[in-house]
Amino acid sequence: MPATQRELKDRRNSVSTIKKLTRAMELIAASRIVKAQQRAQAAGPYARELTRAVSAVATFSNVDHPLTTEKPNPKRAAVLLITSDRGQAGAYSSSVIREGERLNQLLREDEKEIVPYLTGRKGIAYYTFRQREIAQSWSGESDAPTFARAREVADALIEAFLTPTEEGGVDEIHIVFTRFVSMLTQKPDVIRLLPLEVVEGEEAPAADDVLPLYEFEPSAEDVLDGLLPKYVASRIHFCMLQAAASELASRQRAMKSATDNAQDLIERLTREYNQVRQSAITQEISEIVGGANALADANAGSE
Amino acid sequence: MADESGKHLEVALVAAERVVWEGQATIVIARTTDGDVGILPGHAPLLGLLQGGTVQVRTVDGDFLVAAAPDGFISVANDRVSILAENAEMGHDIDLEEARRELELALKTGTASEADADEVRLAEARVRAAETAS
Repeated sequence: MPATQRELKDRRNSVSTIKKLTRAMELIAASRIVKAQQRAQAAGPYARELTRAVSAVATFSNVDHPLTTEKPNPKRAAVLLITSDRGQAGAYSSSVIREGERLNQLLREDEKEIVPYLTGRKGIAYYTFRQREIAQSWSGESDAPTFARAREVADALIEAFLTPTEEGGVDEIHIVFTRFVSMLTQKPDVIRLLPLEVVEGEEAPAADDVLPLYEFEPSAEDVLDGLLPKYVASRIHFCMLQAAASELASRQRAMKSATDNAQDLIERLTREYNQVRQSAITQEISEIVGGANALADANAGSE
Repeated sequence: MADESGKHLEVALVAAERVVWEGQATIVIARTTDGDVGILPGHAPLLGLLQGGTVQVRTVDGDFLVAAAPDGFISVANDRVSILAENAEMGHDIDLEEARRELELALKTGTASEADADEVRLAEARVRAAETAS
């Protein structure tokens, strides 16, 4: 039985309410993404100076630091998975989780035990639903990560890394996050956080632009000791900011298509409603005409 | 290095989430773990860990600025001075009364754990910076 006029009307109304909602969410995401990008930009100088300083120390001193040394025969690997707190962001969370699963598979093939660290409610929900063990997790502020949060995560990870493997420590740490390539493209990505591979910037320094010979105060070892944890925190912060920008971009795109779909649905329902209404009117008229004719016939017959 | 009057330092005070201050200066005084260092134009490249948390800057206009930069580090190269600290703040941006209250609160909690000790250091640096600035 075709839907009645009232049903169609109700459905159209509810779809237009949904459209208003998704439209609002799209606009919110759009305005936040600008902020997220500004935040990523503002964090740039700190990361740049830090990278420069770390590579300067690494280049001009032959210090072996526990954070930069590869452990022989790694057995346990920590994976930090950066997901979002909320849904409505299309495939954002599922694609980063899938990337995480792929990494887990690879690590398992290398016969490493996986120690999961999670940020974001979506990842936590995924792991708890499957009743997997979580080493540590953080949630909240996934779309606007603060440095304090990054610092917290970094401290936990560094502590785990410095603990001997037999006592529950880990031998390497990977981060799975979503890289913000552009407004249209966000790619899940994996980087190895620890042991650190110190690389200087994106562009290699020109031949005449060698790093200056630094004096260290108090000593190269102490400076490295102080710098590396900061460097790790800054790397994590960078990943979180990228993930936040990606999350917002995905949400904006998802909400935009939801709004477009709602608009299509509204148009279709309106058309259907008009059709039903018209056919009801036509039927009524033909009934009246038919009734009138029958009356006229009856009257004509009795005279 | 005595006559470098035409030169100046390019100073950047950078916190984790923003650049706090950027400008030209004639001298930067910072306290590293080995003691105070004064940095004039032409200083040899240096990387040092800061302790005590305040950095003093005399700008080219003769202004005297103080910043709180707890647990940061300083890097000097080619007359560029970068001071990096997660919670860097300018002395004149800090409310002295409020900073003092926070210090009292932090002291009350004690310095038993690492985090508490950090908090006390941060509060102390803020008070010192605010006092020197005013």
